[in-house]
Amino acid sequence: MTSATADVSHQVVDEKPAKVRRSDRARSEVRLGWLLAGPAFLVMVAVTVYPIIQAFFDSLYSYRLTAPADKHFVGLHNYQVVLTDSVWWKAFGVTTFITLVTVLVEVILGFALALVMHRAIKSFRGILRTVILVPYGIITVVSAFAWFYAFDINSGYINHWFDWVPGISPSLNWFAHQGTSLFVIMASEIWKTTPFISLLLLAGLAQVPGDLEEAAQVDGATWWQRMQRVVLPNMKAAIMVAVLFRALDAFRIFDNVFIMTNGANGTTVLSLLAYRTSIGRLEIGLGSAISVLLFLCVIGICFIAIKLFKVDLAAARGER
Amino acid sequence: MKALSTKMKVWWIVITILVLVWSLLPVLSIFATSFKLPSQLNLGSFWPKTWSTTNYEQIFAGSAKDLFLPALRNSIGISLIATAIAVVLATFAAYAIARLDFPGKRLILTTALGVSIFPVISLVTPLFNLWRNIGLYDTWLGLIIPYLSLTLPISIWTLAAFFRQIPWELEQAAQVDGATTWQAFRKAIVPLAAPGVFTTALIAFFIAWNDFVYGISLTSTSRARPVPAALAFFTGASQFEEPTGAISAAAVVVTVPVVILVLLFQRQIVSGLTQGAVKG
Repeated sequence: MTSATADVSHQVVDEKPAKVRRSDRARSEVRLGWLLAGPAFLVMVAVTVYPIIQAFFDSLYSYRLTAPADKHFVGLHNYQVVLTDSVWWKAFGVTTFITLVTVLVEVILGFALALVMHRAIKSFRGILRTVILVPYGIITVVSAFAWFYAFDINSGYINHWFDWVPGISPSLNWFAHQGTSLFVIMASEIWKTTPFISLLLLAGLAQVPGDLEEAAQVDGATWWQRMQRVVLPNMKAAIMVAVLFRALDAFRIFDNVFIMTNGANGTTVLSLLAYRTSIGRLEIGLGSAISVLLFLCVIGICFIAIKLFKVDLAAARGER
Repeated sequence: MKALSTKMKVWWIVITILVLVWSLLPVLSIFATSFKLPSQLNLGSFWPKTWSTTNYEQIFAGSAKDLFLPALRNSIGISLIATAIAVVLATFAAYAIARLDFPGKRLILTTALGVSIFPVISLVTPLFNLWRNIGLYDTWLGLIIPYLSLTLPISIWTLAAFFRQIPWELEQAAQVDGATTWQAFRKAIVPLAAPGVFTTALIAFFIAWNDFVYGISLTSTSRARPVPAALAFFTGASQFEEPTGAISAAAVVVTVPVVILVLLFQRQIVSGLTQGAVKG
């Protein structure tokens, strides 16, 4: 059952006409493979595929837990209600905005950090890597509270530190306006997730052939030219995968918004809308429709990334 | 390595300090807040004027005890169990993926990828309703099962990447040298595989420990509510006080162990997170 014999038996199978029965050895290998991997596969399917089918089923009913006896079939009516409601579209806009801004900032910042770690001399590299990992280990909710208290009008210190900046004064209430609330929410999100993206980009940087860059340098290319012509093209796959995963992650943002504003002042995101509808108001039918729509959005982002930007998911091996 | 000019050295020190401040400031900030006296919370200073442990007394012995201590127990228990189950299942699966040739390998890896990008909130509504009907709402098991959707996919990917790098011929070599199958596995393979399993467990634990969506949606009392969800329910010592201090203290308590783990095992975590991320 070693990989060597596996290769041999595989070849034997291949030599025979298509779809002929495999050798006993190969067959027992298939059986063992599914025996070992099957439980994990079944659990993954059970905890995701089953609930999403149930959600689709529930979304076709008018169904509230406050009046369970009143459950009746309404077809796609719930979807019509959601999609014609401005609340959905506002949340959709805010979520999209947060996703675009945070991913853009994270990629730039993450790339800068990756460059720093890549170029740093040994004595600095260790400490940089360790320190960068700290935000990764922090619970998102804790990060949300840390940023919230720092900016809070009562307990915060940011207003005092930066009162020389025009527009910032001790009386500025960051969480009373949409723009400033979103700023702090996104700052916390960016702080927490940039380390992950920079580590992925660092791994990508390590793949860029060093002699290519040196050759370009010898030929007199400037730093910017080397970045543009040598480093970035060689890292395209790593960047694309990092962007896709971060975008999907940012699109389901929930913790930071829940803790800091709970959706006040136009900061409601789609996840929060789904949570409020199902868990807060116990409207299972409507909540399920939002859940299914959110799921479709994620599929849509994947589809766009893979078809339009040709993200090679095989390159995503082993991450997230 | 070329000797660095003094100018370059200064630049590196400046950059390193900038990264240090950016990464640690929010952590220091909540740490400093947790030692502030409730009456001195609104002074607008970073460090406390008088260092006080009032907030820690409140969460370990005072009014917030009944909220925090059960939540801490729940968080540790649920995250550990969810991690253990995920790592055991993933070890079997990853072994099969790395060493055996069978149809469905790609299907399993693709499923893991699909599950890991699933919007968590989409699972909450159906699970909330189902758990209430079958009595899993507000129980440990009711959180452990959905946590597997978070911990299992990343465990499979990380372990499969680790296991692909193990030189499995060592096992045969040991057998040629007279070791039994079990001895060969235990003496040659286990020491090589153990670091990968450990790193995977660490990463999976972080993810379970970080969860908030399931924690707040599928629990209602201290029976199963984990710490991140409990933090949202803290109230001040009296109705006129903000729970700022108590929340900060609780946040520090759940953050310190994680930061220590990160510092101790940063090399392993980095290799686990980026394992095969770009190489094919």
